[in-house]
Amino acid sequence: MTLTGRKKEKIDRLGELAGAPEESGQSLLREAFKRLRRNPAAIAGAIILGLFVLIALFGPFLVPHDPVEPIGVDNGEVRSGQGIIPGISGEHWLGYDHQGRDEFSRMIVGARQTLWVGVVATFFGLAVGSLVGGLAGASYGLGGKWGRRLDGFLMRTVDILLAMPSLLLAVSIVAILGRSLLSVMIAVGMVSVPVFARLLRGSMIAQSSSDYVLAATALGVKRNKIALSHLLPNSLAPVLVQATLTLATAIIEAAGLSFLGLGNPDSAAPEWGVMLADAQGFLDVRPGLAIYPAVGIIITALGFTLLGEAMREALDPKLRK
Amino acid sequence: MFRFIVRRLLQLIPTLFGLSLLLFVWLHRLPGGPETAILGERSTPELRARIREEMGLDQPIWVQYGRFMKRVLSGDLGTSIGTKRPVTTEFLERFPGTVELTITALIIAVGIGIPLGYIAARRRGTWIDQLSVGGALLGICIPVFFLGYIVKEVLAVNFGWFPTTGRQDVTIDATRVTGFFVLDGLLTREWDAAADAIMHLILPGIVLASIPLASIVRITRASVLEVVQEDYVRTAEAKGLTEQTVRSRHILRNAMLPVATTIGLLTGSLLSGAVLTETVFAFSGIGAFIVEAIDRRDYPVLMGFIMIVAVIYVLVNLLVDLSYSLIDPRVRVR
Repeated sequence: MTLTGRKKEKIDRLGELAGAPEESGQSLLREAFKRLRRNPAAIAGAIILGLFVLIALFGPFLVPHDPVEPIGVDNGEVRSGQGIIPGISGEHWLGYDHQGRDEFSRMIVGARQTLWVGVVATFFGLAVGSLVGGLAGASYGLGGKWGRRLDGFLMRTVDILLAMPSLLLAVSIVAILGRSLLSVMIAVGMVSVPVFARLLRGSMIAQSSSDYVLAATALGVKRNKIALSHLLPNSLAPVLVQATLTLATAIIEAAGLSFLGLGNPDSAAPEWGVMLADAQGFLDVRPGLAIYPAVGIIITALGFTLLGEAMREALDPKLRK
Repeated sequence: MFRFIVRRLLQLIPTLFGLSLLLFVWLHRLPGGPETAILGERSTPELRARIREEMGLDQPIWVQYGRFMKRVLSGDLGTSIGTKRPVTTEFLERFPGTVELTITALIIAVGIGIPLGYIAARRRGTWIDQLSVGGALLGICIPVFFLGYIVKEVLAVNFGWFPTTGRQDVTIDATRVTGFFVLDGLLTREWDAAADAIMHLILPGIVLASIPLASIVRITRASVLEVVQEDYVRTAEAKGLTEQTVRSRHILRNAMLPVATTIGLLTGSLLSGAVLTETVFAFSGIGAFIVEAIDRRDYPVLMGFIMIVAVIYVLVNLLVDLSYSLIDPRVRVR
């Protein structure tokens, strides 16, 4: 270190000792956000997701062709029944799909439905799982003997749900509700319920032995209020991280249901999972029809996973300096 | 240890009871019934009612459940509505396929995952670390059935290196002993039959291994990263122990606990049937059969299969808990 450098440091230190700038504490979240911004994986994930959301929001207004109406049939390009699917051209950037619709437009418009399936399914899982897990965690942490019993009952129920193979759970839910977009979302969401429930419960139990809960109890704050305004906000971080990761798996699982023939029966409205499942029959003729939606799903899932993992790292107290 | 095992097994009873009740009510709530699957949509209501009566489905649900439990407790899981064969026979015929597939996937996932995770952690920040972390991310993000089709198209259809579907070539007239095709081949010394069965396992095994491999790499890497910072590792290295000793005795052994948990959970879910992989490769296991049974409202098959799978799931996790004390003697099971 040079002499001037050392001198500067000394002056700075003196300034500090003079009490000029007050030491400002940083909140956990702000600190985590700061770490997140420095993580290239998080930035990559955020950029992918930003683009995806932009396409989902504005794509339908920008597409060159109608994603639902077959276009090629009129001008004789697609002769149905002869297995000819026109490929990439200047007019149709990704060619036609198996029903003579513009694949590029379907990809763009499909982003919205894909995002919607992921978001609704995850939200469903998050809501139900948090309700069960939150109730169990709060009653275990604050409720005494009866609380522990309630927690035990709730968690054994969750265990039963967990012991059932996840895809079979999803399949049977679709069977009960009938094939529709909504039942796909509920089925996929239901699979993630036990994960959210266990996570929030664990997090709340860990928080319930902290000092601020003790302080609030000593001050005579009601238990409901402690649970809702002290425990819950402080326990949500891992659950939100999990929700980001679940968005990725939800999109993939919805595609799996479509593949088993249990997806949204209305294939007119484009959705990447349905498009991918539909394209399996044309792999020899036009593998692109499967590859485009698959790449879309993979990149999107990657975006959610990158961001989720980075969030988990940023919030991990062990990795804090 | 003995008391621990007994207690865990006793805990299994209420869980199974709850599961059976929930499942029974749940399944019987499915719209339509086996009679529609047997007779078709256009059958007359009278005919359907008669079939329902014959199968006892017109009784109140608790009566049906009571009958079911009575049968199960005497060791009889009933007869499949779809195939008219005992559920136990159906299960024993299909479960070996699932077990073989699970073992293959686990060999691939553990065999590659643990070394790769270890190397990634030890060479943190190098290209090999980034490659394995990136690969693991990709493995989680690829839809399994898509990966299956790509692998099948390229390696089986285009190059012809592997068979495309099934568990064994139909032209091979192998002797069946246990139902495990590879084991059968080895037991009866029909080496071609065993080799053929192994070839049929490789592609579905790779596809099924993708997600477990990704999780094992990530968990191993994270766990090793934590352990190498410990003082005892530095001490061991400072004492001049060879890298091999430090690796096996000090790092890996201590890093294995979370990895063992992950492997246990993965094994449990793999044994419950890999529906998507089985469907892509037309591989006869329990997963695809259960999905078919849901379609046919084949109640006895569904109840029987899912209950057995749940028992196996719980037993595998018990084994994992027991393995903790083998890996780490400080852990005492009580």
